Amino acid sequence: MAFKIVAKNCTGCGACEFECPNKAIKESGGVFAINDKKCTECAGFFDTPQCAAACPIPNTCVQAF
Amino acid sequence: MPQNIVALSSIGRTPRSGGNKPVTCGTAAGPDDLPQAVWEKIRDHPCYSEDAHHYFARMHVAVAPACNIQCHYCNRKYDCSNESRPGVVSEKLTPEQALQKVMAVAAEVPQLSVVGVAGPGDALAHADETFRTFELVNKALPHLKLCLSTNGLALPDHVERIAAMGIDHVTITINTVDPKIGARIHPWIFFRHRRWEGAEAARILHERQMEGLEALTGRGVLVKVNSVLIPGINDEHLADVNAAVCARGAFLHNIMPLISDPAHGTHFGLTGQRGPTPDELRATQDRLGGGAKLMRHCRQCRADAVGLLGEDRGADFTLAKLNAAKPYDPRRREIYLSVVERERSDRQKAKELAQMALAVPETPVLVAVATKGGGRINLHFGHATEFQIYEVDPRGARFIGHRRTEKYCDDGHGRADNWDAIVRALDGVSAVLCAKIGERPRERLAAAGITATDQYAFEYIEASAITWYSSRLQSGERAASA
Repeated sequence: MAFKIVAKNCTGCGACEFECPNKAIKESGGVFAINDKKCTECAGFFDTPQCAAACPIPNTCVQAF
Repeated sequence: MPQNIVALSSIGRTPRSGGNKPVTCGTAAGPDDLPQAVWEKIRDHPCYSEDAHHYFARMHVAVAPACNIQCHYCNRKYDCSNESRPGVVSEKLTPEQALQKVMAVAAEVPQLSVVGVAGPGDALAHADETFRTFELVNKALPHLKLCLSTNGLALPDHVERIAAMGIDHVTITINTVDPKIGARIHPWIFFRHRRWEGAEAARILHERQMEGLEALTGRGVLVKVNSVLIPGINDEHLADVNAAVCARGAFLHNIMPLISDPAHGTHFGLTGQRGPTPDELRATQDRLGGGAKLMRHCRQCRADAVGLLGEDRGADFTLAKLNAAKPYDPRRREIYLSVVERERSDRQKAKELAQMALAVPETPVLVAVATKGGGRINLHFGHATEFQIYEVDPRGARFIGHRRTEKYCDDGHGRADNWDAIVRALDGVSAVLCAKIGERPRERLAAAGITATDQYAFEYIEASAITWYSSRLQSGERAASA
């Protein structure tokens, strides 16, 4: 259970990194990526995945599988 | 030297003996309707004082990329370096890089008086980066004023820190005080770990804006309110916004035209929502003139803009160029400040003298001025990318706004293809005052009913506009009596 970031949509604003309770999100080359080993989809922290709720671009922080 | 920079030599060109007289306040040199303490705070801030924008420069450092709301007029994915609109930025900075950039600009641009954080997202969405930047700048260059611009959603959480850090200029963008209207402008917000949509989102945003505004003004922080004028959505409603923000102590209300272009990829751009015409913008500004003092010189600049308001030297100070920067020398700035003191006072006196010569009642006319700053007519007609518009009548000359245009000259050649844009920018204008103009464009302007003159080259704007107006009246009288 993890989320991923669709790199071609990412604006690099970092809203997701700031909100992530698992520190699973890092920047690389101007866009952000989610470490699927750390991502819990915010289970135990929040009702909804924070990256998707904060991301300004639709369909960019999405379920990985 | 890039063309739009005010050289020290170009503004104090009539040096006089007698030294630096202090500017007299309580006259039109300062806003007549502002308390002295407020005027002292804004007199060197180009975004808050129309008078200061002739002399002082600002820079925005793009340390705040993330935002906590979505606006239908914003799409931050798109950036073009030629484009001047809020929210657009070419390069994100860390607080340390921002400091390096501020030092480089301060060394190069003695007019620099303000460092602001205006995005490209929201300055308070992840406030730590913003505050860290201000701490670094304040430590290195304490004379610079600090300001920030926010949508207000996170503002109530940071009021204490803003006041404690001495950030005494805050701009809040408030487009509406009605959640139903808000829902048509802001589709969602991210607040307290969840996304809110529609009227509920707009209601939370509105409540947080009012709370933050009241708390800031209660602590003596100067707050300017920006409203984007969106025809058909909030145009009729801006009087209510004006009343609400006035009641909570905002000291300046800035009505900005919606910038809407499908090429920007914004919701409004893509759905055909148009921006206001210059006439509609001015009519709205005139209607609200009685409330909080209105600002008319805003250029809606980028979140990485550098320089005087009409220009942007951001491209001269990219990260790649910062290593070659020369060290900051405070003496250059002191010399500049003394020139400005004298210039402001002389310009005011020239305006008063010119005004005394006028007594006949007459309808106002519009005059377009080509200037690169310093309050003087000092730009070639063909090099102007904007005109400053003054309204002139026997009561004096008042700055009412600026209009962007395309340059007529390109490497010394007239650009016939830009002529339509120039004539559009000069719509309703009776005269163009510039430092120089070629015969061909002068004739073409005359054919369009516009007098163009370089008779007042390098003179003060207001005094020249009044003198031109008065000579026009006199020649009109002669013609009538002949």
